[in-house]
Amino acid sequence: MSDDPQKKMTPYTVPIGPTHPALKEPVMFTFQMNGEQILKADFAPGQTHRGIEWMGMRRNPVQIVHLTDRICGICGVSHSLAFARAMEQIMEIEVPERADYVRTIIAEFERIQSHLLWAGVAAHELGFDTLLHLTWRVREQAMDTIELLTGNRVNYGIIQVGGVRRDFTPDQFPAIEETLQYYSDLKSKLLKIFLEDKTIQMRCRDCGVLSYDDALKLCTVGPTARASGLNMDVRVDYPFAAYGDLAIEPILPDAYMGETRGDVFDRIVVRLLEVDQSVDIIRQCLDRMPAGEVIAEPKLAKLLNQFKKAHGEALGRHEAPRGEVLHYVRMDGKEHPTSWKVKASSYSNLMSWIPMLEGEQIADIPIIVASIDPCLSCTDRVAVVRSGERGIMTKEELHRLSVEKTRRLSA
Amino acid sequence: MATLPMIPELLRQLFRTPATNAFPAKYLPSSVTEFLAKVGRGEAAIHPPVPVPKDFRGKITYDPTGCTGCSLCAKVCPAHAIEVLKDEKRIRIYVSQCIFCSQCTDICPKGSLAMSDAFLLADENRYADHLIVE
Ligand code: SF4
Ligand code: SF4
Repeated sequence: MSDDPQKKMTPYTVPIGPTHPALKEPVMFTFQMNGEQILKADFAPGQTHRGIEWMGMRRNPVQIVHLTDRICGICGVSHSLAFARAMEQIMEIEVPERADYVRTIIAEFERIQSHLLWAGVAAHELGFDTLLHLTWRVREQAMDTIELLTGNRVNYGIIQVGGVRRDFTPDQFPAIEETLQYYSDLKSKLLKIFLEDKTIQMRCRDCGVLSYDDALKLCTVGPTARASGLNMDVRVDYPFAAYGDLAIEPILPDAYMGETRGDVFDRIVVRLLEVDQSVDIIRQCLDRMPAGEVIAEPKLAKLLNQFKKAHGEALGRHEAPRGEVLHYVRMDGKEHPTSWKVKASSYSNLMSWIPMLEGEQIADIPIIVASIDPCLSCTDRVAVVRSGERGIMTKEELHRLSVEKTRRLSA
Repeated sequence: MATLPMIPELLRQLFRTPATNAFPAKYLPSSVTEFLAKVGRGEAAIHPPVPVPKDFRGKITYDPTGCTGCSLCAKVCPAHAIEVLKDEKRIRIYVSQCIFCSQCTDICPKGSLAMSDAFLLADENRYADHLIVE
């Protein structure tokens, strides 16, 4: 805004955030507006830094594995899997084959529930709450299956360095099959409700466009990248766990829609089709799943001792529902890592907001922001502190200011 | 091709049972304590909690008889929820801090720890008696 009162007031600034009813995640946006139109967009993440890496560097990897479950509220296995894979590379642990299949199946169930959760949020952002309730109802089937297989709905706690902590029991397979059938039957219905709906087409077609070039230049990952036509998927490009044995093709919107526009609509298409792809992957896994052990070192106490001998660094990667997640770990012969760095998928995707938002209208902000499925508590790894100032008022400071004002007024 | 495919789905839903779990009482009673007293006297019925799956990880249980105070459980606890009482060779678990990972139960050489299926643990006081296991 200009200080000169003579000047016209455009562009004027609209701040949205850090916590705002229209955003499901805490992030601070500043928009330069001309009327309804966004001229320039800027954002500042870093509102939910929790210091998880700091905590991890004071704990041993067996403890960290369960902290990683809690980096994200939706991806209960993606971070654990990436971290465990980094540790396994450092310690040269060979993961039993069956464990790889269990990991893959859980990871794919996670993708199903995450994409459905997102689809519901997207519908809600458009004001289509009946569709939100429908998608979240069908999502429960995946949540229940995960709870049955791992013991908990959200923080599965199934990954361990060197394998998984629970094997599937024979009585669980009918339940898995039932869930897969449920989602296979649902596929055409969901596609119809989302893609043939007038409201969704009106609001999402050609809205929040991210071009192929921008998607490439900004290093986007996951469904955000694929919806702009980028043929990339960690599961295909750098196969891990059981993915190398399976037939998987990255889902691109033009295969279904005949063209790639890179808009919000294409992001819906990609995610809905990936739900079905996950069902197919789980089917393939169940067909090929070998028998055997599920963990390389079942004795936790022995595993703890091995950490003390571990030297080296490694990267663990996984294609999380939102895109590639990456964990860097360095072990220096101590029980705890010397360094641990988490790169969540949203970290790579946030920058794509800028080209998507510029030129759109203020009412499109919620759906565009939601369209990359941002997860900021995963992303926020630093809090900027300049010369001791964080620029954030704590409750105590506010209280102090308030007391000072009372004193000033009554003086 | 643009239509409103949600309408038939909505109409169908009118005749389906709700997918959500039932609240303990069908309608909010004017006084919760009175309602609970009625339930106690057998005059009113309550919807039971949703059953948890087999091997659910709920509130931890601890049987001190076999425990040697080896502190292995505290070593693998990600949440630092276990306090080792060195002199008594016992442990104390703060359930409000526990993250229900069940790792301590895996490592305990004496099998003193287990996960129950209790999950209704909310309390205003994180050090309430039922939230400290010893
Ligand atoms: S691991 Fe078992 S025996 Fe050792 S202190 Fe803990 S409860 Fe006691
Ligand atoms: S279940 Fe996990 S968090 Fe809870 S006391 Fe045991 S090790 Fe600690």
